[in-house]
Amino acid sequence: MNDIGEGIVAALGLLVTLDPDLIDISLRSLQVSLSALVIACAIAIPFGTFLAVQRFRFRRTVISVLNALMGLPPVVVGLVVYLLLSRSGPFGVLGLLFTPTAMIIAQVVIITPLIASITHQAMRDLWAEYHDLLISLNTTKVQRVGTLMWDGRRTLLTAALAGFGRAIGEVGAIMIVGGNIDNVTRVLTTAIALETGKGDFALALGLGFVLIMLALLVNFAIHGLSGTEREGRW
Amino acid sequence: MRRHLIACFAAVFASHAAWADDMRMAVTTSFENSGLADVLLPEIKTDLDLDVQLLVVGTGQALRLGEAGDVDAILVHSRAAEEAFVNDGYGTHRREIMYNDFVVIGPQEDPADVAQAATITAAMTAIADTRAAFVSRGDDSGTHKAELKLWSEAGLDPAAFGGWYRSVGAGMGAALNTASGMNAYIIADRASWLNFGNPGDLALLFSGDPALFNQYAYIPVNPARHAHVRNDAAMRLEAWLTGDRARALIDGYAINGQTLFVFNATPE
Amino acid sequence: MSDMLPLELSGATVRRKGKTVLGPVDLTLAQQGLTIVIGPNGSGKTTLLRVMHGVERLSAGSAEWSVPHSEARRRQSYVFQSPIVLRRSVLDNLCYPLKLMKVARRDRVATARDWAARIGLGDALATPATRLSGGERQKLALARALIRKPDVLFLDEPCANLDGRATRDIEALLLGARAAGTRIVMATHDMGQARRLATDLIFMVSGRVHETGHAGHIFTHPETPELTAFYNGDIVE
Repeated sequence: MNDIGEGIVAALGLLVTLDPDLIDISLRSLQVSLSALVIACAIAIPFGTFLAVQRFRFRRTVISVLNALMGLPPVVVGLVVYLLLSRSGPFGVLGLLFTPTAMIIAQVVIITPLIASITHQAMRDLWAEYHDLLISLNTTKVQRVGTLMWDGRRTLLTAALAGFGRAIGEVGAIMIVGGNIDNVTRVLTTAIALETGKGDFALALGLGFVLIMLALLVNFAIHGLSGTEREGRW
Repeated sequence: MRRHLIACFAAVFASHAAWADDMRMAVTTSFENSGLADVLLPEIKTDLDLDVQLLVVGTGQALRLGEAGDVDAILVHSRAAEEAFVNDGYGTHRREIMYNDFVVIGPQEDPADVAQAATITAAMTAIADTRAAFVSRGDDSGTHKAELKLWSEAGLDPAAFGGWYRSVGAGMGAALNTASGMNAYIIADRASWLNFGNPGDLALLFSGDPALFNQYAYIPVNPARHAHVRNDAAMRLEAWLTGDRARALIDGYAINGQTLFVFNATPE
Repeated sequence: MSDMLPLELSGATVRRKGKTVLGPVDLTLAQQGLTIVIGPNGSGKTTLLRVMHGVERLSAGSAEWSVPHSEARRRQSYVFQSPIVLRRSVLDNLCYPLKLMKVARRDRVATARDWAARIGLGDALATPATRLSGGERQKLALARALIRKPDVLFLDEPCANLDGRATRDIEALLLGARAAGTRIVMATHDMGQARRLATDLIFMVSGRVHETGHAGHIFTHPETPELTAFYNGDIVE
């Protein structure tokens, strides 16, 4: 219990003094996870919606695979991305290993199936509601996907936030592909792992509280910007 | 909004292209945990205008990173593995820089009476005889290899040990945390121990046997094998690490009044 | 009068899971009028409308407009029994089909405002459509169908769940559309509504067209005992 108290004190200390390292690490966490989120959403949301709208032969298989990939262990993703980006791997020439870009790639791989799967579930219900109308209006596939994404944007926000939560709290993959290099690829979660390793639980816990606050802040900000709570239940 | 996104991406992709001169060095957790890196890196930056990015991993992974060409140099402490690395052509040469020592950490009540042992061999035998809980790194790191060597010098085989021998497969800090939680014996490097913030009931019980000395060596990754490695930067770093500035900093580094490292690089 | 018509159904048949739910139907939809489709539940009224609208796959036979299929699809609208409204504001619901037709934004909004006023929702432009009452939703759905200026409008029991006042409003809108030249085909359960609106009648039983005729004649002189029974409110199977 004492450690938790010290953790809170450490967190407050870091925040009050606006510790430059902490700010640097937090901004990098945000930069990496938000970039990964934007890319993953750009792939997953249209794809998940398309899966809801389009019938094709292997649709069920694709959905099952997607749901299975949701539980993909980040460490495995990290290892695979590491092997791909390593100098002796197929994409080694790009020199991306141990850069924030590599971390973004790993996080995109981790959260895209999650977002796509949640999107598909939400869009399937909306499509059942809209199906007859959109068919009757002679819409094209692209228009259908666009309409569903627009009208379902609030549920999609939930999908995106779930993805963000998984990305910013993830440590296994980015530790491997980022290397936790000070000032380059150190983010909140890897810093927490490092401080825990050093036995400095108070600082580790303090960083943990900062991470939680950051996640809350982003959630509030996105909800605030989109006006989800103000405009009622859809 | 779109403009902001583009700016954000540009920042992400530009961020690692912006550094003036940098190199990557894989080091062991025990080196990083000692805190010495925090002293050396700013000085290197000042003297050489070189950003050394540290990848803190176990010796096994450090060697793999070097083999794959993912780092420009490695600083590790496992002589046999280092020599194999150089012999296989992955590194250009091996240069000894400094040494520190391993210590035996254990519960203050010391059920195996390790503190009274005359030699490290006697201490290890005592732990095995009392079957007192013992935490092993188990991660193929330099410290792990050193521990295995100590067992074998005592004529013992960890594979035959019972449940009291716990291989945790973790870094130095995490293994110390585990030992602290279980009140177990553990072999650690002195620096990691002195910097460790969660000792609990553990204490330093045995040290000083020459068999416990832990030699660190620096190996630049072979540019003949990986053309992209920054061998020039690696060579500049080597010259600095073996020079007088490094000697003063390494020999002068102390925690709680205890010196941790002994500089022993020989001029070329 | 539209050059799309007449619509010719010949041998049109729909089977689902081995069961014939419609047809074979041979029918010509003439160029003008307001056709009412009546018949007991499960007699195939909805399926017939969907076949005409072109959203039901035919198992056999054909349904041919006088213009190519793709053009015909663009020039018709459909109103469902339970109104489907988009999860958007009233104004955006009305704008939606215009946007699909690539009408410029300013014109879209002006037209949509006009129609909102005509269905009595002029003060509720920003209200989410999902918050409207059942009658308001159906009026919105009808306006959204009419805003495309369709040549042909299909309605599937649009007043089934509505009260008298909403029904009256919808009938007024339909008569207005008819006066403007829209060809209307509507299924209903309400014989009063059929008598008020029909210019001709299609009576369906068991997936077949059982009897057709002009309103002036068929309401007073049904030829089959089933239609007579249906007029009398007896159970027809």
